[in-house]
Amino acid sequence: MMELDLSGFESCPLFPGGVVADHGENPLAAASFQLPACSDFDGFQKDAIQMTKPAKGTTTLAFVFKEGVIVAADSRATMGGYISSQSVKKIVEINPHMLGTIAGGAADCQFWHRNLGIKCRLHELANKRRISVTGASKLLANILYSYKGMGLSVGTMIAGWDEKGPGLYYVDNEGGRLKGTRFSVGSGSPYAYGVLDSGYQFNMSVEEAAELARRAIYHATFHDGASGGVASVYHVGPQGWKKLSGDDVGELHYKYYPMILTPTEQEMADTSAA
Amino acid sequence: MALRRDWVYENNGGTCVAIAGSDYCVIAADTRLSVGYSIYTREFSKICNLADKCVLATSGFQGDMKALQKNLAARHLIYQHQHNKQMSCPAMAQLLSNTLYYKRFFPYYTFNILGGLDSNGKGCVFTYDAVGSYERVGYSAQGTGAGLIIPVLDNQLKSPSPLLLPAKDAVTPLSEAEAVDLVKDVFASATERDIYTGDKVEIVVINASGIRQELMELRKD
Repeated sequence: MMELDLSGFESCPLFPGGVVADHGENPLAAASFQLPACSDFDGFQKDAIQMTKPAKGTTTLAFVFKEGVIVAADSRATMGGYISSQSVKKIVEINPHMLGTIAGGAADCQFWHRNLGIKCRLHELANKRRISVTGASKLLANILYSYKGMGLSVGTMIAGWDEKGPGLYYVDNEGGRLKGTRFSVGSGSPYAYGVLDSGYQFNMSVEEAAELARRAIYHATFHDGASGGVASVYHVGPQGWKKLSGDDVGELHYKYYPMILTPTEQEMADTSAA
Repeated sequence: MALRRDWVYENNGGTCVAIAGSDYCVIAADTRLSVGYSIYTREFSKICNLADKCVLATSGFQGDMKALQKNLAARHLIYQHQHNKQMSCPAMAQLLSNTLYYKRFFPYYTFNILGGLDSNGKGCVFTYDAVGSYERVGYSAQGTGAGLIIPVLDNQLKSPSPLLLPAKDAVTPLSEAEAVDLVKDVFASATERDIYTGDKVEIVVINASGIRQELMELRKD
């Protein structure tokens, strides 16, 4: 908690706009963000990010279709050139009817999505009904806007099914909030858009839509070094969300990679099929 | 040495490793504290027993490590007074994540691994980045020697991702004794090629009977 200052650092005067920690205050009071006492805040943040190298790099996508919303993502986290994890959960379950995706700084996304989940729950308790996707995305966008310029890195999609039907919003750390029917976020998004846009049709079945999403993620992981791991696909319908599949992209390669077989290989494939 | 007035961090080097098993957890860290090319001490513990079934190992800046450990220990004490029980490892994991994130704009320069037993008695390891993003994993390494150790652990222990559907069981196949041996081996190897890792490795094992500790000598050069 911020109020337990064990460093003695707060004896230095903080620069204007910084948060002052009250030493006598209850340690269980709501914490606030401490800021460093330095003249060049931006430079400090740049250096701190460089030093701590938070995990990022990703491919996520979501689209609305006849049967609801499909949400898909890879599971790789990178710190610079190092793969820090191949099993990151990039699709977070905000509540049984709403999903969020993580792209950008892993800690930023994890923390603020959990915070959003708390706020959505409080909304339900205060208003005796579930929050809309519009409302949830607005809550998150407003929070991120208030931290604009501080170096947060969040590129998220909020997908859900509320009273108005399926809803999908893109929210980012600049404070941007866009309603849409097709989004892909992350370093692998250009590749995912290519596959997604060319194969998209509003009237798809759930299986076809999931297959399209899985392919798009696979192709993005193939070309983008910062994406990889497991391609997870979720569907959000009127009954809530359901995880449809989780496949290692290394395995998906043998299904999806377009291979032009040499005559010998073609012959071998034909004889083994016969 | 902090020569810039506004740059208050320092990397003290060192490596931490943890492996989770079906009914045990092994957490280990070397005991060398360095600044630049100098070794300040060979007997510095990077491990902190936060709770009965929960141990934190931290590499990075040891000043921030001490502050973080004290912070968590204090919060744990408050929790015990309020709830009349020890914090479970997953609960401590969330607390650590929030504690780290609340310093998002003035980070703790620490790379943490939290190890212990969950409420079902199964081993759990949580691995963190410096600002609080975390994940439950079967094994982890952090610190200057992590890049040397993780590939070896991947080779020996890699288990199916928890994200796969249909899910595949992800229990580490090793026994407690084998896991401890593996940890000793990886530290010996990392010591050979990382200047910041060496002197001694402190190994803590948590299982149903409690916490036990052992020290193993490493190369001192």
